[in-house]
Amino acid sequence: MKSTYLLLICFLLSYNMQSQEQYLTKNGAITFFSSTIIEDIKAENNQVLSIIDASKSKMAISILIKSFLFKKALMQEHFNENYLESDKFPKATFKGDILNFNNVSSLDAKYDVQGIITIHGVSKEIVVPTIFKRNGDTILVKGEFDLLLEDFDIKIPRLVLKKIAKEINVTFEFNHKPYNR
Amino acid sequence: MKKIICTLFIFGLSLQYSAQDLLAILDKETPQVDQIVTATFKGTRILNGHSIENRKDKELEFLISHRFGRVNLGFDELFGLDQSNIRFALEYGLNDDLTIGLGRSSFEKTYDSFLKYSVLKQKKGANSFPFAVSLFGSIALKTIKDFDPSDKRTFAESLFYVGQVLIARKVSSSFSFQLTPTYVHRNTVRINEDPHDIFALGLGTRIKLNKRVSFNSEYFLNFNESKSINARNSLALGVDIETGGHVFQLILSNAITMIEKSFITESTDNFFEGDIHFGFNISRTF
Repeated sequence: MKSTYLLLICFLLSYNMQSQEQYLTKNGAITFFSSTIIEDIKAENNQVLSIIDASKSKMAISILIKSFLFKKALMQEHFNENYLESDKFPKATFKGDILNFNNVSSLDAKYDVQGIITIHGVSKEIVVPTIFKRNGDTILVKGEFDLLLEDFDIKIPRLVLKKIAKEINVTFEFNHKPYNR
Repeated sequence: MKKIICTLFIFGLSLQYSAQDLLAILDKETPQVDQIVTATFKGTRILNGHSIENRKDKELEFLISHRFGRVNLGFDELFGLDQSNIRFALEYGLNDDLTIGLGRSSFEKTYDSFLKYSVLKQKKGANSFPFAVSLFGSIALKTIKDFDPSDKRTFAESLFYVGQVLIARKVSSSFSFQLTPTYVHRNTVRINEDPHDIFALGLGTRIKLNKRVSFNSEYFLNFNESKSINARNSLALGVDIETGGHVFQLILSNAITMIEKSFITESTDNFFEGDIHFGFNISRTF
């Protein structure tokens, strides 16, 4: 009887392993731009975590707000203290599905990624057209989209209203490698 | 029956395992990095005295500060507004940790210069550290010619030195405090009984009221005092208002001066009897 259980556990575990076709990166890049007539603001984050579960056509991203680097240190401080409140909301996340995603091997195309993005404690559903490219055993994912600050309850004081764009352009590039836990 | 339940249980566990949330995996994979605690105070001053905050690398700050006369002077002096002490200063970040400053106060026509160096930073994470330490040193030169010609001071006799250790902790995003052991040396004193060296301990706090406004307080406890004047400990209350590149501070203080050697050792006014000086600091960072 004991051996039956062992067999069952082994079977389940192995089934489990086979079903995981996961790809991960810990140094994905996200850049955002705010462009106005008065001032262009740009920030970069090269420590973004992203994971793809190819077998389930799922994707998740985790972004540490404090890892965004600005040209001006004071801007970075304001970004963390006053706008994104990174003490209260240290991370931004995304979790969603890669739509009509068939097979990793046939990867080299544009897919829509649909899911929930959470920034500043506010969640919103978005759809982002994304390029997936297979390069050896890595998967490169890149694209861009726009976000409205007011959608995420990020308020801009009247005094700097003309310096910060209402719509922020976000670009991303993640180079995932096979991931075995 | 037991066997079936057991099997189901194992099966259920394994299912759960395979369905583990992708975000949970990312959480697990997030590297543990040290995070330096920032914005312990908003400005480079708590109110009168320096905070641990430095100007950042290659940043130039222009500071304009005013302290008016005592509010209890009454209507004739427009509650002190007829008198004013003004200090202009330029402060520059040589790098993220070292700030140099030059200033000039109209009160006693005093020039001052200082260096402030951040030695230790408060950190969160794997190598956390509970507080931040900065060192501050300044030299002030009094140039007013209020002496009898026969009593003329030499250049050296007009100098004052201040050394401070700034120890601060941001307890939460809404509360920070700082302890400031202070040493002041005066090359010249008024009478022989006055000490050349004065020791004091400063306590400063910041309470954040909302995203852009905080309430600050600052008190310096002197361990010895000048005998020639009725010196009092310095007390200041005020608010920081932040607007983009500016920090605007409104201050009520028993000192009319804004440099360490003066407000710590030469204040004679009694805050609680209404000898309150209204003032402000405006800074613009370039």
